[in-house]
Amino acid sequence: MRAFDYHRPKSVKEAISILRKVENARPLAGGQSLIPSLKLRLSGPPALVDLGAIEEMRGIKVDGGALTVGALATHAEVAASKDVVHGIPALARLADGIGDRQVRNQGTIGGSLAHNDPAADYPAAVLGLGATVHTNKRAIAADKFFTGTFATALKPGEIITSVTFPLPKRAAYVKFRQPASRFALVGVFVSEGGGAVRVAVTGAGGCVFRQKAMEKRLAENFTPDAVARVKVAPDELNTDIHASAEYRAHLVGVAAQRAVETALAGK
Amino acid sequence: MNAPLIGQSVKRKEDQRFLIGSARFTDDITLQGQAHAHFLRSPHAHARIRSIDIERARSAPGVVAVYTGDDLAKAKVGGLPCGWLITGVDGKPMKEPPYPALAQGKVRYVGDRVAVVIAETLNQAKDAAELIEVDYEILPAVVKAADARKSGAPAVHDIAPDNTCYVWGLGDKAAVDTAFKSAHHVTTLEFINNRLIPNAIEPRAAVASYSRGDDAYTLYVTTQNPHVERLLMTAFVLGLPEHKVRVIAPDVGGGFGSKIYLYGEEVVLTWASRQVNRPVKWTAERIESFQSDAHGRDHVTKAELALDKNGKFLAMRVTTTANMGAYLSTFSTCIPTILYATLLAGQYTTPAIYCEVTAVFTHTAPVDALRGAGRPEATYVVERMVDTAARELGIDRVEIRRRNFIKTFPYQTPVALCYDTGDYEATLTDALKLADVAGFEARRKEAEKRGKLRGLGYSTYIEACGIAPSNVAGALGARAGLYEAGEVRVHPTGSVTVFTGSHQHGQGHETTFAQVVADRLGMPIENVDIVHGDTGRILFGMGTYGSRSIAVGGTAIMKALDKVIAKGKKIAAHLLEASESDIEYDRGTFTVAGTDKKKSIAEVAFAAYVPHNYPLDKLEPGLNESAFYDPTNFTFPAGSHICEVEIDPATGATRVVNFTAVDDFGKVINPMIVEGQVHGGVAHGIGQALLEGCVYDPQSGQLLTGTYMDYTMPRADDLPSFKVGMRETPCTHNPLGVKGCGEAGAIAAPAAVMNAVIDALAPMGIRDIEMPATAERVWRAIQSAKAKK
Repeated sequence: MRAFDYHRPKSVKEAISILRKVENARPLAGGQSLIPSLKLRLSGPPALVDLGAIEEMRGIKVDGGALTVGALATHAEVAASKDVVHGIPALARLADGIGDRQVRNQGTIGGSLAHNDPAADYPAAVLGLGATVHTNKRAIAADKFFTGTFATALKPGEIITSVTFPLPKRAAYVKFRQPASRFALVGVFVSEGGGAVRVAVTGAGGCVFRQKAMEKRLAENFTPDAVARVKVAPDELNTDIHASAEYRAHLVGVAAQRAVETALAGK
Repeated sequence: MNAPLIGQSVKRKEDQRFLIGSARFTDDITLQGQAHAHFLRSPHAHARIRSIDIERARSAPGVVAVYTGDDLAKAKVGGLPCGWLITGVDGKPMKEPPYPALAQGKVRYVGDRVAVVIAETLNQAKDAAELIEVDYEILPAVVKAADARKSGAPAVHDIAPDNTCYVWGLGDKAAVDTAFKSAHHVTTLEFINNRLIPNAIEPRAAVASYSRGDDAYTLYVTTQNPHVERLLMTAFVLGLPEHKVRVIAPDVGGGFGSKIYLYGEEVVLTWASRQVNRPVKWTAERIESFQSDAHGRDHVTKAELALDKNGKFLAMRVTTTANMGAYLSTFSTCIPTILYATLLAGQYTTPAIYCEVTAVFTHTAPVDALRGAGRPEATYVVERMVDTAARELGIDRVEIRRRNFIKTFPYQTPVALCYDTGDYEATLTDALKLADVAGFEARRKEAEKRGKLRGLGYSTYIEACGIAPSNVAGALGARAGLYEAGEVRVHPTGSVTVFTGSHQHGQGHETTFAQVVADRLGMPIENVDIVHGDTGRILFGMGTYGSRSIAVGGTAIMKALDKVIAKGKKIAAHLLEASESDIEYDRGTFTVAGTDKKKSIAEVAFAAYVPHNYPLDKLEPGLNESAFYDPTNFTFPAGSHICEVEIDPATGATRVVNFTAVDDFGKVINPMIVEGQVHGGVAHGIGQALLEGCVYDPQSGQLLTGTYMDYTMPRADDLPSFKVGMRETPCTHNPLGVKGCGEAGAIAAPAAVMNAVIDALAPMGIRDIEMPATAERVWRAIQSAKAKK
């Protein structure tokens, strides 16, 4: 790890002012991706701005048909929250399946979304539920937030403060894990609610994306069979040592069918 | 006298210090004035080093010294030696290219050591290493064994322009050819035995120090065999006298073979500790372990088995290309030859076998022994062939094994080994019962209802452990002995310290060996401590590898105990005023035959150290004896492993749902420890079959599985609860009747798992899937089988 300055602000305002002042300073949430990259000397920012002491970025609550999760909520907190378990059980289960116990106790939803790893789980939930990402500046719709591989709509000096999820009628997330990292080789989040169906796919491409052909079929007929008839094209999907694009395309179909089954079973 | 200890599941003595956090690993050693080393490694698989500019690094904050290959060459530091000379079918010795501790002129794999930076802190060393400017001329690389000899493949070493280290053969080629001509059926398969990365939990580490006062070195290092490390480093590399170098292997967290070898890092540290006149420490980071620990396996094989119409094996022909990597690691050359081809008879009476092995250089990390070392590769070939042949001939897979089992011993195989004893029928029968093979069909049907394909696979394996004897090995090219040394020191008040040349790095020797000694001396186990891993305290040793410790190291201790007891009889005879020939010994007590006159071992020891009433004219005081033991033969553990898998045909995902191992390790000293060794080995074997695989980019030679994000180690939730059984057919040529158990699981399991996978898929016409059988590979096999129909 290269040397860096360390800041631990107590408010969003203070954090932003440091981030604006120190060029290339990096915000630090749970650090589950950033710290390893520092240790491997893959990055070496001049300063870290640890968000951990900012109380206003914490907390989980349900209000007016929507669930709001503070950016600093850990995966373990989301998994255990009664509001999440009752409001969006699929989200609780997704959080409970991220990484391992240590990662879940340290990693945060805000950190995961800002990092936007193409194989992360949370982006599938945010896009698959049509959530809204709140920052210190604005509210960003999920459809506009994820812009590419490790890329988001966040501007320099902008940090996520919370995420708001509409409560769906039903939803489910099914993933096949990459066997070594246990990130999603392919993960599919399916939801139905507010008259719309969403199908979000993570792990398969360079960035989380919506499978609109499946959404259309499911809107007509929310059954596994409806999904089974959609042919997923491997073009633009990832090929690496763990899976070819062709296999990932196949798994998108299997995961989507199983997610619909699970959502219907209401388990 | 205490209750017998051999055969008891005594809790591990060493666990106290591991559980309370007081174990001492190499990285826990901190010496006064210690500096830290960081190695700059090659980012390229193959490149010419045009120049290295170390000036900026040398003047960076905290830097003590920076050295490159040129510095070592100027200081006449030798290259790393290879411990086994293989002679080819052409009668010529293998090609033995130089293996410098720091690269000279060229780098030959990603992770090859280029320079070392020594600084006050590790971070300063790393910062400075970023300032070293190496001008590389990148050259094309060859990484796959199958590509190494293709025309136009870039040469790894000038002395081997065709990348061939040797072409070696074993067996009667003419007899095999004849048998094939008259065969009723020939089964042919081609296999890749996947390359593995060893992944001991403790990375390699070293702390070297030099004392000006007595012109002597001390090296703390993660090694499985400290005396061999010292021998190789002093005699072959640094040209130092052995009495000036002490090598200490403190607690070591796993080896699996990867810590047998002499590596460049410890050579550089030992040399540099004198140059900078300070202790120097280095601990590998996990990425360095992936890149630079010696890897294992990596064979490409074509095998043919000739059978008669009754399924009797007539002959086997095996052609293998083995990847040596970029340099010859210490025992690399004997693994795909002496420890591989010799095992191709398996448990069967195949009368004629011929095996030809071509060892090749590639631009990858050196390959050497890894848990099983040659024997897993051989077992995989034999057991996959047996299952395949049975299916092709329509003979039950258990039945074909029974028809071919060796039943009388000793048995001379056509591939050099002579099995002393075994009972293959017995382990198979036990395993069939323990695995409930009779209930498999019902389980398969139940799985089918859930949409899953269930398969069952067998592996009736044999291994050769305790490689020996030294003179035979020497004739086959070994450049070291294969004996072991032990010393038993009975203290004046009757407690005992045992010194062994074996080294434990997870195996539980401190308990197992103490059980042997305490049992023989009739003492509570608390009275016996085992000392290992220090050339300054232990007379000599060849260390721990190849499941040899109890069979060879344990026997050396038994021989020393015999001497203790023989001397004790003389002392007891004197004390009891009897003739030595009338003294009987039984577990701690010397008795005058036919009387109740007796002396305990503690009383005898006290008399030996306080020799007031003692035959000083005939006998030296003291009770401290040592022995060297060179075995007359290998030991031959064998057994039957049975695996059941379930496959999700929609995704290809494969799970091991049942795994049964019934092993014959001869006499078992501590069943709990042995069961633990079986569990670890089976996990390793399942890992090879379904999960693990080292992948280099075939063009660039970059290591693509260089972290745990990409290299799949087996985890607890990948494995079922194992069913383990044991049979004891005692080894006939060592006093304990022991055979060794550390590698069996890794040797037997891959074939059992893959035979189960193929069993599940055979109805679709699938004959083979390459290891690791990842979900995608299985899914693809299913897709192409469907497409054919």
